[in-house]
Order: sequence, then structure tokens, then C-alpha cells
Amino acid sequence: MFAMLARSARGSLAAIGFTTAAVVLWATPSQAITIETVTSPGGVEAWLVEDDTVPVVMMNFAFQGAGSSQDPADKPGVANLLSTLLDEGAGEYDSEAFQAVLQDRSVRMSFSADRDSFYGRMKMLADNPQDGIELLRTALDDPHFADEAIGRMSAQIISGIRRDLRDPNQVAARAWSASAYPDHPYGRPSDGTEETVAMIGKPDLEAFKARTFARDNLHVVVVGAIDAETLEPLLDEAFGGLPETADLVTVPNVEPITGEIVTETMDVPQTAIRFGGPGLERDDPDFIPAYVMNYILGGGSFSSRLFDEIREKRGLAYSVYSYIVPLDHSAIFGGGTATRADRADETVRIIREEIAQMAAEGPTEAELEEAKAYLTGAYPLRFDSSASIASQLLSIQLEDLGVDYVDERNDLIEAVTLEDVKRAADRVLGQGEPTFVTVGPSGS
Amino acid sequence: MTARFALVAALGASLLAAPAASADTSLADLRIAPDTASFTLDNGLQVVVIPDHRAPVVTHMVWYKAGAADEAAGESGAAHFLEHLMFKGTDKHPDGFSDTVTALGGQENAFTSQDYTAYFQQIAKEHLGQMMELEADRMANLALEPEEVARELDVVLEERRMRVDNDPSSILGEAFSATLHVNSPYGDPVIGWPDEVNALNRASAFAFYDRFYTPENAVLIVAGDVTPDEVRALAEATYGKLESRVDLKPRVRSQVPEFGSLRTVRYADERVGQPSLRHGWIVPSYATAEPGEAEALDVLAQILGGGSTSRLYDRLVRDGGPASSVGAWYQGNALDPDTFLVYAIPRDGVDFDVVQSAINAAVAEIAESGVTNEELQRAKRSLVAEALFAQDSQQRLARIFGLALTTGGSIEDVQTWPARIGEVTAEQVQAAARAYLSPTTGVTGYLEKKATGKDS
Repeated sequence: MFAMLARSARGSLAAIGFTTAAVVLWATPSQAITIETVTSPGGVEAWLVEDDTVPVVMMNFAFQGAGSSQDPADKPGVANLLSTLLDEGAGEYDSEAFQAVLQDRSVRMSFSADRDSFYGRMKMLADNPQDGIELLRTALDDPHFADEAIGRMSAQIISGIRRDLRDPNQVAARAWSASAYPDHPYGRPSDGTEETVAMIGKPDLEAFKARTFARDNLHVVVVGAIDAETLEPLLDEAFGGLPETADLVTVPNVEPITGEIVTETMDVPQTAIRFGGPGLERDDPDFIPAYVMNYILGGGSFSSRLFDEIREKRGLAYSVYSYIVPLDHSAIFGGGTATRADRADETVRIIREEIAQMAAEGPTEAELEEAKAYLTGAYPLRFDSSASIASQLLSIQLEDLGVDYVDERNDLIEAVTLEDVKRAADRVLGQGEPTFVTVGPSGS
Repeated sequence: MTARFALVAALGASLLAAPAASADTSLADLRIAPDTASFTLDNGLQVVVIPDHRAPVVTHMVWYKAGAADEAAGESGAAHFLEHLMFKGTDKHPDGFSDTVTALGGQENAFTSQDYTAYFQQIAKEHLGQMMELEADRMANLALEPEEVARELDVVLEERRMRVDNDPSSILGEAFSATLHVNSPYGDPVIGWPDEVNALNRASAFAFYDRFYTPENAVLIVAGDVTPDEVRALAEATYGKLESRVDLKPRVRSQVPEFGSLRTVRYADERVGQPSLRHGWIVPSYATAEPGEAEALDVLAQILGGGSTSRLYDRLVRDGGPASSVGAWYQGNALDPDTFLVYAIPRDGVDFDVVQSAINAAVAEIAESGVTNEELQRAKRSLVAEALFAQDSQQRLARIFGLALTTGGSIEDVQTWPARIGEVTAEQVQAAARAYLSPTTGVTGYLEKKATGKDS
């Protein structure tokens, strides 16, 4: 009834070898998952984790680079609209018939796009995965993009955009992106605007898909009750109709502009605050130390410095967080909160102080040890279901970390020293003030 | 549902494990999570164990049969406020145990609803015993510093501003619910009315704690890489040491009277980006329905408004219909009769009346002419498939059992849900629509855009 939301994954292009099997050992040695690299007769590659516990098969895939950063500059919103239309009529089925056949075959199919990539997720019952794969092939190769469906989906997206434009947190997020990336695709709204969504037609959708869905930017993960032999031909069935190579527009690498202060007025009882500046690239040797630093500063939902100072000690907000995200073309450190309007200035001041403090001194040895204990101990929790395993492994593919990463990741965290974190803190936080955006009532 | 930390409430209807069966297979043979074991400790604590050995991880949850609807009059928000304060500490662990959970690589949270309050950790299996010790400790030994209580009240007030005051749709939702559930505690928001939340204090939190937090009013659920024997030994050594603290009273709540007419709630706000409407009715829940009736309501919600093959979607959204989105929703997991809701967002320039008439016509069509066999089978297949997919997640399994067991259901009820969905007939679906979804009863709610400077 409530489908799990697609998790976005980001990273750089992957090129993985094949016919390997990485055995992942958990803290408890009796436990293991095995990741097989499966290559179909037609050359489509996938990571497979076979597990018969539950009679379902999950398939997550992505076209890397095919996100909203490929939208035409004058028509943002194409990737997002496309993600709503692949299952709205394809092949021999009109929209309603396609939706009906998905239900009748107990197949769940969903698509999404973020700034960097285009994602698909399939859930199928173990006794009929071929039914789902056939429908996926049809959706990828022969979607109708009928006017009626385009109109219907545009109306839905536009109504979401209108809601977002009244939501202070969304307004703050958009304002931050616009300010940080004034001349870059990342500065445009991924969902588009009311005006641009209304302009998008069938030719835009067809052109985008033809250019960006291909075998050479495809990543596939399959988890569940299916073996390699059964999967191999299904990979060709699903993806064999795609062109060999994608023709992506070059998206320049960019650093977010920092040090700006953006204030928007909105008559709401709370002030939304967003901040952000440059982070570190995923392949930077200091990325993992920076990740640990961010956990200590504001990444931990229960015990971070920002949580302690803003919520626990002062009761200023319900939620406060920071994050470090390596997009394909820009690394970001950012965060946000929403606070009583009359104490917004105080909240911003505390966030700035905490950032400055971390930049100057780094964490304590005790904080580092606690962070490492949490981050390593909690890693297996990300693998508690087939759906979460599929999502994790796809992220690892997109970030080009290699099939052994699941096994290596905790060692990488354990190896981080206090000196590493201090250096990373200075690199991320000590090179200038982030851009702050506040959206709230005037005078706040 | 309102939680200490933002939480995605992903509660499906139910689910089943076991044979690799599609929805076409005889549902009568399917049982949800057949390996589930249950026993009761001497002090009355019910324990449910749902083994899943895929990852060396457990989900440990304690559910109390006490939620916002069990609060004393005038103290709305007390259940949720207590939920926040439960993280503050005990005599033995004066700073709470979040740091311990974190240091062990665990994740935790809690959530409050009208009928229950639940606390959980997900953690590597070897730490289960320690989680039980800590959770058992705060079941009986909560200790609260007055300054901490005051600060946490500020946090809750910010949570209210974030969830409600910042969101016109939620503001309408509160008024709508208060009107629909008039005279029932379900009409009060879980987070509480602002003035009453403001007046909450240490004493009101403890009053709720001392009325409801006791082993015989709780359900312990452990899902994941454990066996029932392991859980029993750990539970007896921890929770088993607790004594009953409370003389429990039956959960009897005042009920919504029958209204013979339709009521309307309108809320206009300059911040409304997109007008919307909703129509709700009070219908039986799984706990109060006649046999088969709640199952029929689940199937009805699916046929009427469950996704893009539904009646409402076909009549209102496709082919340039009057709405840009529609849906239907049945809240069946409740101790008292609860809500059946339909909602829609009109297309630009379309009046609410046009959309409302189209909804009424679609509902009347089912009430008068019933549903087709194709629709019935598709809806059942969809509900059962969702149940099959849901079993992939140990957390979701734990939640489904916890939800059922704190809202009047049994383990058997959860396990036989697919079979009962399979037995629903077209006549039952039609009868449910006819009995409960009259266009002249219930409450309609309109969220309107207020033009700047004038009323609308």
C-alpha cells in the first residue's frame, strides 16, 4: 500500500569486471551474502544476490548521467516527467491496460530521476519474473507518450510544484540551489517549473530517452529468489533493445558558490534554514574522514553536535541535520533546520559557531571513537531486506566503488585517524562560510 | 502518527510469508509469517518472535496499548509528550540510553498514534539482551528533571509548528478530523491542541506513564536473526523481572454519534498552492466490524481509489477528467470505528462541486450496481501481492504484528488475512459501499486558496 520511496544514488561512472563472487562477512562470521557478477549472453551485466527466504525478486537499475542535469536548459523537468510516463501506455497496451496488466501479474514498476541519474525499480513474485521483465522491456523500448497521459502527468507534477512553492523548506532548498549554481544545470529545479512542464511534449521525451538510456550507462542489481541461469536471459530481454551508447551532454564540474546570504519572506510560523557549500569528491582520499566528520557534526540523528546544541540544549527545533553528498559533478556539504521564527537568528549563529569550531579544532578522540563504533556497527542494518540490499549495491555501482566495497567499507572507517578528520574538517568547513538561506516571516 | 524523529510510516495492511505463491494460488493455504512464535511472561508481557535469518540484525520493539485516544480530557498530546520524555533517562541511566544504542551501531526511534505508542531499536543481534535490559528499565523507572521536561516541551511545540502550522493541508486535516470524529478522542490530534500541549508538564507525563506503562499492557516484538528460545531466555532475564505497576482499566472511549446529514469544513489560506477536497465517513474498523466487513472495506478502498486502475481514477482523472489526482483510503487498524476517506485535487478552473459530484456518482455506481468480477479479482490480487512484498522487511513485519496486537487483533488475525481477503465477495463490497459511503453523510473538507486581501 505504501511503496518504499526510491533512494537516490549518486556517483561516477562504473566499470566493473565480471564473473567474480564477493563473499561479505558480517561481524557474526556465520552470516554472509554473496554478490555474483552475472553477464548475459548479450553482454548485459548485473550484480546478483540470490536469496530464497522470501519469494520475491527485486531489480534496481539506473542509467547513470540520465538525470535532470540532461534536461534542455530552457525546459527543465523532462527527466522527471519522463519518469512518470514509461508505464503510462507502451507496446500493445494503452495506459489503463498497462496499469491493469501490472496489477494482474503482481508486478510493481516505478521510475524516478534525480539530478544525475534515471532509476528504475521492479518488484516481482519469484514464480513469474519473466512477466515483469517483458513489461519492463515494453516500457523501455516502446512507451507511447500519448497526449492524454502527458497532460495528466503534467497536471499532477504542476500541482506538486505549486505545493512546494508554498512550503518554506522546499523554497529554501530551491533558493540554495539557484544561488549555489547560477549558471549550471544543478541550479535549475529538477521538477521544472509550472511554465516549463506545461511546454514539454512527446518529441522532448523521445529525444531525452533516445539520448540517455543506453547499455553503456546502465547499472543493474538483482536481489531475491532467482538464480544466475534464470536471470541471464532476462537481462537481455529487459535491456537488449537499448542502444549501445548514450549520447550525454557534457555537464561541467562545478563548485557551489558560497558565502551568500539569501532571505525570502513568507508568512509562516517557522523559519526554514538551509546552508551549504563545497564538500569532497567521492574519490578524494579525505572523503571517508569527511563523512565521519559530518556524522559527528550533524549527520547522526540522535547524537550530533548540532542536535545537542540546537535541540537538546535549547529546544530550538525538532529536526536539524547536515550531510555530505558527492553529486556526479559537484561535491556538497550542507544541512538545514526549521525553527521558531523569533529565534532563527540565534539558530543560524549556533550553526555557524559549530561549523567554525569543527573547522578549527575537529572532534575529540572520544567523539571519533563513538562515530566509528556507530558507523561500523550500523552498516549491516543497511542490508536487512532484499530491497535495501538492492538499493545499497546500486549506490556502490554508481559510485564506482567495486564489488568488494561492502567487505572493505568498515575497514575504511576504522582506519580514520583524528588527524584525518581534522584535515578533512578544515578542507570542508574551513575554506569560507557556506551560503545560508532563510525562509520565514519578515523580521525573523 | 507522530514520532520523536521524522519517520516514514510504512504500514501495509498485512503480509504473509511462506510458499512462493502468487495471488492466484489458493489463499486459504497461505499464512502470514508462519514461523512466528508467541508466548506470555508470568507478568503478563506478550512476546512475539518473527525469525528472519538473512542478516545478523534484529528489530526490537515494545508496543504499549496506550495512545492519544487514551489521554485524560484536556491533556491532548500527553501520550506523545511522554514518548519524547522516555528518551531522557532513568535512575540507573540518567542520561537515557541513546548514546549506548548509537555506540553499538544501533538505530532507534519511537512513534505515537491514537491507539498505541511504540519504541524500537534495530541493532546487531548480539546486543539484543542489552536493548531488552534498557527498554525494560524505562518501562518502570523513568526519571525526569524539570528543566529537561520544559526544554522537551519546546521541541514538541516546534514539531507541531513544523507538522501542522506550516502546512495548510494539516490545519484543515485537524479541523476535518475533529468534525468527523466528534465526541470521540480520535477527533483530537495525536500531537495535541496547542493550548493543551503548552500546559503539559512533568506531572501529566507521569500520570499517563503510571496509568499505562506496565508489562501486562505491552507487547514485545522481536524480528530478525533470533529463535524463540533465545528471545524467551533474554526476555525472562530482563522484562520478566518487572512487576505490574498498574490496575488497568478497559479502553472504553466515547463514540461518534450517528449524524443523519453531511457536515462541511472549509479552510482558506493564502499559502494554499493547490486546492483540494476530501470526504470522510466513520466506518467499522477490524476491531469493531462484523466478520468479513473490514476486509470488504479494504477491497472497496482498493477498487474505488487504489491507484490508476481504480474507479475514481478512471472517472475523474483520465481523459481530461475534472481532477488531477484522486485516491481512497481505509483506516481499518483501529480500536474504535475509524475513517474511510476519498480525496481529490481539482484540475485548474474546475469547481469543487463538479469534482464532488463526480465522486458521488462513482461511489453511487458501486452502491447501486456493484463491482465487476475483474475489478474484484484485481483488487484482491493487488492487496495480497503487497502483503507478499511486505514480508521482505523485518521492520515492516514487526510493525504489522504490533499494530494488530495493540488495536484488538490477534496473531491469528494477521496470519489469516490473505485468506479472508480471498473470501470477500462482490456483494460484500457493494454492501459496504451502500451501508457506509452515502453522499449525504460524513464530512467534506475543502482546502481553498485565499486571495490576498479578501476573504473567499
